Amino acid sequence: MTMMRKYLLRAAMAIGITASAFAHAQLRVEISGVGANQIPVAIAAFANESIAPQQVSAIIKNDLTRSGMFKIIDTGSALSETTPVNLGEWKSRGADALVVGSVQKLADGRFDVRYKLLDTVKSAQLSALALAAQPQFTRVTAHKIADDIYEKLIGSRGAFSTRIAYVTKAGNEYRLEVADADGEGTQVALRSNEPIISPAWSPDGTKVAYVSFEAKKPVIYVQNLITRQRVVLAGFKGSNSAPSWSPDGSKLAVALARNGLTQVYSINQDGSNLRRLTNTNGIDTEPQFSADGQSIYFTSDRSGGPQIYKMGANGGEAQRVTFNGTYNISPRISPDGKLLAYISRRNGQFQLYVLDLANGQEQRLSDTVKDESPSFSPNSKYLMYATEAGKQGTLAVVSVDGRAKHRLTTKAGDIREPTWGPFMK
Amino acid sequence: MRTPITFSLIASSILLLGACSSPVKLSDKAPVEDHSGHMAGAGTGQVDPRTVSTVNAGATDALNDPQGVLAKRSVYFDTDSYIVKGDFQPVVEAHSQYLLKNKARKIIIQGNTDERGGREYNLALGQKRAEAVRKSMSLLGVPETQMEAVSLGKEKPKALGSDEASWAENRRADIVYP
Repeated sequence: MTMMRKYLLRAAMAIGITASAFAHAQLRVEISGVGANQIPVAIAAFANESIAPQQVSAIIKNDLTRSGMFKIIDTGSALSETTPVNLGEWKSRGADALVVGSVQKLADGRFDVRYKLLDTVKSAQLSALALAAQPQFTRVTAHKIADDIYEKLIGSRGAFSTRIAYVTKAGNEYRLEVADADGEGTQVALRSNEPIISPAWSPDGTKVAYVSFEAKKPVIYVQNLITRQRVVLAGFKGSNSAPSWSPDGSKLAVALARNGLTQVYSINQDGSNLRRLTNTNGIDTEPQFSADGQSIYFTSDRSGGPQIYKMGANGGEAQRVTFNGTYNISPRISPDGKLLAYISRRNGQFQLYVLDLANGQEQRLSDTVKDESPSFSPNSKYLMYATEAGKQGTLAVVSVDGRAKHRLTTKAGDIREPTWGPFMK
Repeated sequence: MRTPITFSLIASSILLLGACSSPVKLSDKAPVEDHSGHMAGAGTGQVDPRTVSTVNAGATDALNDPQGVLAKRSVYFDTDSYIVKGDFQPVVEAHSQYLLKNKARKIIIQGNTDERGGREYNLALGQKRAEAVRKSMSLLGVPETQMEAVSLGKEKPKALGSDEASWAENRRADIVYP
């Protein structure tokens, strides 16, 4: 009871500083690569959009630009979704699609954002949305419109309205922060004077599991982001680490050293039903459920150096998955189940690789040398990972074809350990 | 409803206090413990009754001797190695003997790694180092209940540089008495 109270108090303190953290912890985006084929899209300023707290059309433009998949054509003047437009004219200006819209304030204080996506080639309307939201959700509304544009023009779901969680370190202070996928709208979920590593977002997006060293050793906690409630998921003798959720959110795979060296276990999300899944004399760690929940990928040194293996979700015989290089760690499976991302050490450099599970083709996705902790976007199109730039920890994003690239940096210390949140209802 | 009960409790407390206070003899001497090993000045009358002899509770604990082998609490490892080297066997043995003599004492063995590589894999490697020390002490008879092997991986580096000297300093397991 006192333990719980202490946690609640600490959580309350963490929430208390959210407002102050908001002001100075914003992340900066630097784009360094774009897709092979960019779709030219004209995005007009939305009529009357200056009445909202954020400029909706600017957020949409930034989202689409960052994705590397679009070439943005400026329109000069605002165009509302009801303004008559000459699509042939836009086509001759090089735009394959045109985005128009407007913002209106409703009597209840909400902002009503309306938009239309027009195909200039087929001279047809591709999509239209009307989204009413409280002023503080203006950014989310803009991201949702960007998601819709991405989906209609690319053919897969956009992930601009999703969120990321990551750890910052400034001086002796560690923070678990949550932000929009573009690094804006930062909120602090946990503040500590001891390290925080391996955050993992629950499939429903309401909780984050992570490893905190506040008890002077690694212990796994699960924190409800909404209620601030925080429970110890695994605080067994020895080290407790590497939490990973099953796709249905009912259980987690974890790495525990309660019987000597680090081994993979599964545990229900309420802490019950602990089961040992691996049984070796070496290291088995970093478990990750496959997209269908039937298998677990993990890192093991059973062949000498660390390599990635796959076994059933209840343990049993394991098959080796990686064969190139002597050091392959941190497996992550794309939500569509097609790709395996991992960090490989080659010539002393730690770099992000992706393996096509269907054809066994391996591709290096980064040209940095201290890459760590990859995390797939929920639409399986991008990977976010931690790396170093100018001696500072930074987050990088790369499209799974390696072409589109951008970085999220902060002036306030190191930023690391990203986990990309799920699609939200 | 509560008032009468509260009142009666207070009333009975006062009565009890009154009953207790009467037999106390104000002339009683405060008890004095004798740590000198003999009856201080018993029957001799030679020792100044105002003498104060100090007992230092920590003085007999070898753990606090800064010159003793127990002051050494770190075991260093080679790159990619998880074997306790001969150089550090005396450290492991001394702490094992201490723990065997002092059953109430417990230790945490914290394994560390250098900064190269992934956080989770390094955590597992640090555990391997802590575990190597724990096993050595277990072989010397130290009960499991007195030891816990944990890892800090590369999260709490003692040396902050990115050079061989710093890496060597961080390839380490520390014996910690909480």
